[in-house]
Amino acid sequence: MATTRNDKISSIIDGKRVIVKKPELLAPAGNLEKLKIAVHYGADAVFIGGQEYGLRSNADNFTLEEMKEGVEFAKTYGAKIYVTTNIFAHNENVDGLEEYLRGIASAGVAGIIVADPLIIETCKRVAPEVEVHLSTQQSLSNWKAVQFWKEEGLHRVVLARETSGDEIREMKEKVEIEIESFIHGAMCIAYSGRCVLSNHMTARDSNRGGCCQSCRWDYDLYEREDGEEKALYSENDAAFAMSPKDLKLIESIPRMIEIGVDSLKIEGRMKSIHYIATVVSVYRKVIDAYCEDPADFKIKQEWLDELDKCANRETATAFFEGVPGHEEQMFGEHGKKTAFDFAGYVLDYNEESKIVTLQQRNYFKPGQEVEFFGPDMDNFSQKVDKIWDMKGNELEAARHPLQLIQFKVERPLRAHNMMRKELVSRP
Amino acid sequence: MKKPELLLTPFSMNHLKELCEAGADAFVIGEQRYGLRLAGEFSRNECKMAIKTAHEYGKKVYIAVNAIFHNDKVDELNDYLSFCDKAGADAVIFGDPAVLMAARESAPNLPLHWNTETTATNYFTCNYWGSKGAKRAVLARELSMDAIVEMKEKAEVEIEIQVHGMTCMFQSKRSLLGNYFLYQGKSLEIENRKDKKNMLLHDVERNNKYPIFEDENGTHIMSPNDMCIIDELTEMMEAGVDSFKIEGILQTPEYVTMVTSLYRKAIDLCAENTESYEEKKEQWLNAIEQMQQPHRPLDTGFFFKETVY
Repeated sequence: MATTRNDKISSIIDGKRVIVKKPELLAPAGNLEKLKIAVHYGADAVFIGGQEYGLRSNADNFTLEEMKEGVEFAKTYGAKIYVTTNIFAHNENVDGLEEYLRGIASAGVAGIIVADPLIIETCKRVAPEVEVHLSTQQSLSNWKAVQFWKEEGLHRVVLARETSGDEIREMKEKVEIEIESFIHGAMCIAYSGRCVLSNHMTARDSNRGGCCQSCRWDYDLYEREDGEEKALYSENDAAFAMSPKDLKLIESIPRMIEIGVDSLKIEGRMKSIHYIATVVSVYRKVIDAYCEDPADFKIKQEWLDELDKCANRETATAFFEGVPGHEEQMFGEHGKKTAFDFAGYVLDYNEESKIVTLQQRNYFKPGQEVEFFGPDMDNFSQKVDKIWDMKGNELEAARHPLQLIQFKVERPLRAHNMMRKELVSRP
Repeated sequence: MKKPELLLTPFSMNHLKELCEAGADAFVIGEQRYGLRLAGEFSRNECKMAIKTAHEYGKKVYIAVNAIFHNDKVDELNDYLSFCDKAGADAVIFGDPAVLMAARESAPNLPLHWNTETTATNYFTCNYWGSKGAKRAVLARELSMDAIVEMKEKAEVEIEIQVHGMTCMFQSKRSLLGNYFLYQGKSLEIENRKDKKNMLLHDVERNNKYPIFEDENGTHIMSPNDMCIIDELTEMMEAGVDSFKIEGILQTPEYVTMVTSLYRKAIDLCAENTESYEEKKEQWLNAIEQMQQPHRPLDTGFFFKETVY
């Protein structure tokens, strides 16, 4: 559905202002299981990678068969699938592109996320039913360039991560096109697409999925004068680093909704199931709560706490709320371990016996404090009592990956709920 | 054999004259408000003078308008482009489609060269920008000679490549040097170093030193080596590549002038007599090697290097 300038953001219903233009919540998925989790936990759309032409050559990535299954699954929940096809292609990548795009189209994918005009034009020609979304790799930073891509027939543009809220507002006012913007996750510190550090340092092509994240390494800063090099750091100083804190715009979601941003995007096709479930469900709750009652909306502490449970780096608001300074970078530190770990995936809950059946995803044992969470429930914690395998044998601990385990849980659960445990030895 | 244009990046008006004498055919100039990583800063007035002087010598001048623009500068583009047009610039270099849009409105007859530096990686996309109005595509530096030859064969636009000097590896909008000094509690260092582009990042593991500097467009990190293919011009000239650029940024004007005169000789001889060129090419390479600063070795960039992904 195309956005129009006259799109109403809100209406007064029964004397109360509500948001009528709810943005899409767009989640990443590195494989089919993660795709299903993202949908269960509230994503309106999921972006995935195919076997080629995407920017995460190390990620699992989907075969055409898996794409089809993902699309079918998403459809039953009214969700859409987009495929990232955002390399800057070289001559050798031209062959096979048409077939690849026809395959994506036949899988029923709603759109592709593209940077290279080669792929944009080829898609328009051989798979016109597939929407074309401009990738952040194009570093789209101004309204006039947005206008250019609109005139080229694109359905949606993903903005550069360097754009501010005010700039996005102006783009929405001046151009009728869907705008997708990042709300959460890791970021390039360079303008995306304008960095070839990997090519130079490791002969891996960053713009074709080979990025080795050289920007996150430590460097020593020197100045060179009259042929002499002088260190610009003291012995106790951290090394020069370019690592940005991860993006977290939870508190800016109301502003993004009021601006009319069409799609709110979570980064992370390489992230875990636990991460995707946690982040998607929090933002689902934030968006729904704001849209229902913007006047009385407040960010709940429990949402912030929840996001912290899967964070592995510090977070910041980057360019959306202003110009990021040194406090939005990481010096002398390389991320922290997550505080919580995914321990079990709920398959079934018997209301009468109060026995949960779950699939073990990490070690846990009786006596341990665990927390349950899910898309449509409030989190709760309890101590694990006796645990059994499916034959009724009592177990000392849940040691085996994917083993089915049963135990008593006082409050009701549903399939797809998750169990997490606090990590004992936190650094 | 057809001679490619020899394209230079002058530091100043005087340097431009020197380079005209040394054998340059064309120049990239501009100001950092609109152009990326320029060797020198040319105000509007200086652009006019540079164009006048270059044209007297029969040389061309291209004005760089290839920054990544945010809304705040977009409204200035029409005015700047009509200035470029009226001043008689032979082309404007752009990367951001906003420039293309503004040029259609305000300077429809001004030739455009497409240059994003890193994203001109296939012939189709060069031709795409050609169909949108670009007359020339400036290829990414991360391409092999084989890929360049194929692009030249299939391109409907002029093809420009860099043959010498450092290349940009990274551009961030963030003030990464300033942030580092602030983090260290040395905010004074920022003002002190504003215009001194003499900082280096040491990559101890690879024993590389990457120049790094900040300007209005953010933080830029440059390659540790200077590419040089003065001894490998034949294939690129036989392919008919239209323009050879010598990048002067962060070099001295004297160095750039010397290198220009050597490439002038090399191109002329290669066009007239390939065998003689083959005999003399080592000599020129050695001459350039003599001029290199010790921390900047020469290499052949990505011309003969395979990149995986």
